Amino acid sequence: MTTQSITPNTLGDAALTEPKAVRWLLSGLALTFLILFLVVPLVAVFVQALEKGVDTYWAAIIEPDALAAIRLTLIAAGVSVPLNLVFGIAAAWAITKFKFRGKAFLITLIDLPFSVSPVISGFIYVLLFGLQGWLGPWLKAHDIQLIFAVPGIVLATIFVTFPFVARELIPLMQAQGTEEEEAALVLGASGWQIFFRVTLPNVIWGVLYGVILCNARAMGEFGAVSVVSGHIRGLTNTLPLHVEILYNEYNFAAAFAVATLLALLAILTLVAKALLEKKVRHAVKSATKPIGVE
Amino acid sequence: MIAIKQRGVLPGFGLAMGFTILYLSLIVLIPLSSLLFKTATLSWVDFWGTVASARVLASFRLTFGAALIAALINGVFGLLVAWVLVRYKIPGKRIIDALVDLPFALPTAVAGITLAGLYSSNGWIGRFIEPLGLKIAYTPLGIMVAMTFIGIPFVVRTVQPVLEDLEKELEEAAACLGANRWQTFVRVIFPAITPALLTGFALAYARAIGEYGSVIFIAGNMPMVSEITPLLIITKLEQYDYAGATAIASVMLLFSFLILLSINLVQWWSRRHAER
Amino acid sequence: MRLNSLMTKTILALFAFNLVTGNLSLAKEYTLLNVSYDPTREFYKTYNQAFADYWKEKTGDMVKVNQSHGGAGKQARAVIDGLEADVVTLALAYDIDAIGEKTGYFGPDWQKHLPHNSAPYTSTIVFLVRKGNPKGIKDWDDIIKTGVAVITPNPKTSGGARWNFLAAWGYALKKNGGDEKAARNFVTALYKNVPILDSGARGSTTTFVKRGIGDVFLSWENEAFLAINELGPDQFEIVVPSVSILAEPPVTVVDQVAKKHGTFEVAKAYLDYLFSPVGQKLAAKHYYRPVAPEHADPADIARFPKVNLFTVGDVFGGWQKAQKTHFADGGTFDQIYVPSR
Repeated sequence: MTTQSITPNTLGDAALTEPKAVRWLLSGLALTFLILFLVVPLVAVFVQALEKGVDTYWAAIIEPDALAAIRLTLIAAGVSVPLNLVFGIAAAWAITKFKFRGKAFLITLIDLPFSVSPVISGFIYVLLFGLQGWLGPWLKAHDIQLIFAVPGIVLATIFVTFPFVARELIPLMQAQGTEEEEAALVLGASGWQIFFRVTLPNVIWGVLYGVILCNARAMGEFGAVSVVSGHIRGLTNTLPLHVEILYNEYNFAAAFAVATLLALLAILTLVAKALLEKKVRHAVKSATKPIGVE
Repeated sequence: MIAIKQRGVLPGFGLAMGFTILYLSLIVLIPLSSLLFKTATLSWVDFWGTVASARVLASFRLTFGAALIAALINGVFGLLVAWVLVRYKIPGKRIIDALVDLPFALPTAVAGITLAGLYSSNGWIGRFIEPLGLKIAYTPLGIMVAMTFIGIPFVVRTVQPVLEDLEKELEEAAACLGANRWQTFVRVIFPAITPALLTGFALAYARAIGEYGSVIFIAGNMPMVSEITPLLIITKLEQYDYAGATAIASVMLLFSFLILLSINLVQWWSRRHAER
Repeated sequence: MRLNSLMTKTILALFAFNLVTGNLSLAKEYTLLNVSYDPTREFYKTYNQAFADYWKEKTGDMVKVNQSHGGAGKQARAVIDGLEADVVTLALAYDIDAIGEKTGYFGPDWQKHLPHNSAPYTSTIVFLVRKGNPKGIKDWDDIIKTGVAVITPNPKTSGGARWNFLAAWGYALKKNGGDEKAARNFVTALYKNVPILDSGARGSTTTFVKRGIGDVFLSWENEAFLAINELGPDQFEIVVPSVSILAEPPVTVVDQVAKKHGTFEVAKAYLDYLFSPVGQKLAAKHYYRPVAPEHADPADIARFPKVNLFTVGDVFGGWQKAQKTHFADGGTFDQIYVPSR
């Protein structure tokens, strides 16, 4: 395999690509789909954000409640991403470097938060820590406030972003096998040395890829956080919740302005990811199987 | 359940597995079990009366059906997008590639509001479609649009890397043996990307089933017609009927779990099959 | 404009805070959490400042009131599940009853602690129609005609929508001499004209105003005024029906939480002040009908046309009963949509 395989049509072999008309048709279809479903909505968000001019846009973003929301969103992402990173690496190590029964089952459990309705993702913590829940009375007796406060928001964020890093790493590390690690072991390296010197360098870009996706989702989560937030203005509103509040105040331009912050953030992280991805491909090209497939 | 029988020489299994199980239990399993325990406070009759009522069944049909169609659309177009992004040279490819992940980051409510605006009769897209006699916003079609939007990244991102890694030799061999392009695709390329396509499809499907924030703004929410299951859960909560809400949620959870598990099993099986 | 005033307030608050911390012995600082429903945002924003000024002048202490807004049911649930509200100001007595019942924070007689059944302001249900009233809508009977599209939120998820439903039901009852069947038929016909059931009142406003869907929007009077002011003074008109419902959004101190926070006195004063001339005047200014109209600006009062109003207690025997009959699973609202077997 050579780097040429990324753009195989450069091979110039007519038998290995489609007739020009088919290529045009397929590209056209794909682009139409993307324009209808991605580009137009994104443009609409920006148009509505700038409807009342740049001044309004800027004022919406530097308003104290908006800044408080940005801060809280950064805290939530800042706690949940590292925790899920550590988990993702541990889970990938256990699942890919060893043999045991029930792997598919364990991976499905890790996938589970993807499929839980955001409404429920928040609600389970209410059932657990709410005043009417299992631990609620005990928490109240000790005057600990988990839900309707920052810890609850962080917990809900961890839950919805739980699978990302693990999901990214498992197939990657699986494809790499265990030979290199075993060689290091024979040469007398300790467990941590093997991990930091052998495994991590091989998957470092995959790790970052997972972190970026995890981060984007952590900052954008609405449903689950909404259930455990309590919506106290300036205190427990994350950016997505702040968007909802502004929208409900008929402050449409401001709502979309704040939303564009998240969209910009998404685009930024995604550009960063696109750059990383190129490097990932170089780094693991020969060894790997693709992301997302066991 | 998971039989912990170590078959490897590397160190750290105990630590890594221990931490994995602990964290998984704390963040996912214990909280989710509260759902099942709450449901268990219902008698069997009440449980059945809740999850098998006409309204709930209609919402299951709608939610699972619309999610299935959305996942199928994503399957077809996700594959197409991945194919075009990997195989063809088109202008602005890097930007398009970056945009694919947008639905992950945009808050679902913003997505829902924006889509409802675009596809309603005075919206940018709706005003062209509505004269054709097709109403999208505030109908089950609108639900599919929202579900398709939030599921876009899954299929593209699972299929894309496989296509990139696909070994050219196989295609060349097929071409040498006289296969035309379509035959090569059907016999050689498609089987190779099927597992990835299935994963992407399953994840998109599972995510669409649970989606609330974006769907609610475009659905119209008419009982029996465009009322999704997560909305019924909210409705139960509004009446302080926590047990009823968890009953419906548990059924959804079970379905999603089975879908994901079967896909993961298929994958696991096909991988071992391939390794053999 | 609102942004500016908010910033000014914040700066003022910070300034005042510095003054206070500079003179620790002089003043105390209280924080209240007011958990409220959606349409009161604008009112409480102004009122909180007015109360803080009043309290500062009276006692020298600072009060900062944090606001939480959302659908009434969701807000009540949050308090039940542990959101530590000092005061709740919700849309329905039913939701406040639920809080008292499930948490024991306050007794079932909470509504007797303040005048006027603890409702400092009232509102009613009116029709918002498009400019010039193209469908000629004048009263309830006009909105069940074929070809009229009615926008109202889902009563299962929106407190405001329950008022709409009951207003229509009450009108039909009165018109037909208390015939329940006629009322049911009327409301069924009405909801056949509803193309979209948004999950909240503000969602419905957007549907009607921004998306241009529907001929008539059933709305709280204060929301209708606000929608006209904020979204299009020259695009909409308010039509007041011959008969409507008296909506009494109640308020109460969450006794045990406030006592635990040491804010009980302030919280009580905060709600008492709603009934004061200043509170009443501000309520009228934000399109709520004040219970003591003599304190309000006559120009504000002049905006409220006379409507023949009935209460939930008169017609439905109270919220608990109304909720059970009409909005619980299998109630009259569900029967409209689910074919009975």
